[in-house]
Amino acid sequence: MEVFLAWQWFHRLGSPRWFYQKTGAWLPWLALASAVLLATGAVWGLGFAPEDAKQGNSYRIIYIHVPAAFLALAGYYIMAVGGAIGLIWKMKLSFAVMRAAAPIGAVLTFIALFTGALWGKPTWGTYWVWDARITSMLILLFLYIGVIALGRAFAREQVADKACALLALVGTVNIPIIYKSVDWWFTLHQPATIRLTKASSIDPSMFYPLLTMIAGFYCFYAWTLIAHTRVLLLQREWRTQWVREALVEEK
Amino acid sequence: MHPARKQRLILVIFLVVFSSAAVGFITYAMRNNMDYFYAPSAFAAGEVPFDKRIRAGGCVLPGSVKRAPDSLDVRFAITDGKAELQVVFDKILPDLFAEGEAAVVTGRLLQDGTLRADQVLAKHDENYTPPEVAESMHDKASCAGGAKI
Repeated sequence: MEVFLAWQWFHRLGSPRWFYQKTGAWLPWLALASAVLLATGAVWGLGFAPEDAKQGNSYRIIYIHVPAAFLALAGYYIMAVGGAIGLIWKMKLSFAVMRAAAPIGAVLTFIALFTGALWGKPTWGTYWVWDARITSMLILLFLYIGVIALGRAFAREQVADKACALLALVGTVNIPIIYKSVDWWFTLHQPATIRLTKASSIDPSMFYPLLTMIAGFYCFYAWTLIAHTRVLLLQREWRTQWVREALVEEK
Repeated sequence: MHPARKQRLILVIFLVVFSSAAVGFITYAMRNNMDYFYAPSAFAAGEVPFDKRIRAGGCVLPGSVKRAPDSLDVRFAITDGKAELQVVFDKILPDLFAEGEAAVVTGRLLQDGTLRADQVLAKHDENYTPPEVAESMHDKASCAGGAKI
């Protein structure tokens, strides 16, 4: 009986209608949380955190670069897991989440690469090098763009969903490679500053604003992902009764 | 679990595991090309090809930086803790280039084993500290601690 109830919950979660009705109320709170966290983190990090002994003020781009890269990687797993659940359980909502995650992830990856280039010029002395970290990050951007393009290449949504899910799943191999590239190989990019297993090598006065920015990016990610998924659900289910009811209600 | 779903689950796991294994084997086979630069000990061991544009990376040995008084010419040594490599360079060094910090140099090996670089990049580390904290630690330039590469 318990098992049955758990599965019932899982299937209800997979219903586009249930998701649409439930998440509408979350959006303003997520928007508020991300606005507060991002504003606090940005003012704190850019205005009040001390400058770095070696890099001076140029290190401050870390407050955009690291959170964007974090979410670019985490978002890829969300996309791939969405694809896997969609493939196994044929869950419409799961595929919609996967498709919604692709452009968000692509933009975050681009931000990470772009801010990294801007950071590289004053510190390393170059905008770009083909080391393992930067190249694997560029491959991540191409994977995201590949999922977007593949999704638009098929006339039938179900076929597109399956193709995207397969590409997303195959691409998951790149995530541990990106993460460990700075440890496995000689790279120009420095190793990770924030480590789960040992103390972070950043002064607390610089670390707390960074954590605030990361939390803000997570909230912002959740907000944009849910909002985008809702739009995709309306587009995909426009023939159904619940969409008509939902749209009439919102008018 | 429904047999059809179970089958698809196995298929998904198969897909992820085997594509990961394939990429793993490829990167393992190409491991020598995955490194962005050679360590100085690879030069000492003769693993680095001559007559090719190559990159070397290591910690700039404290006390080794010699600047010419009348030009941009500079000579320094980089080390990975096991071997040293002499580098000559005649352009402007990046701001973060410093003794005890890592650098990545690109150029050609000369007959005497010196590397004539046409590009020098500073490789900064993953530590961030305010100036006062860094001063209080009296951080003297050193290449100890894994040679910082």
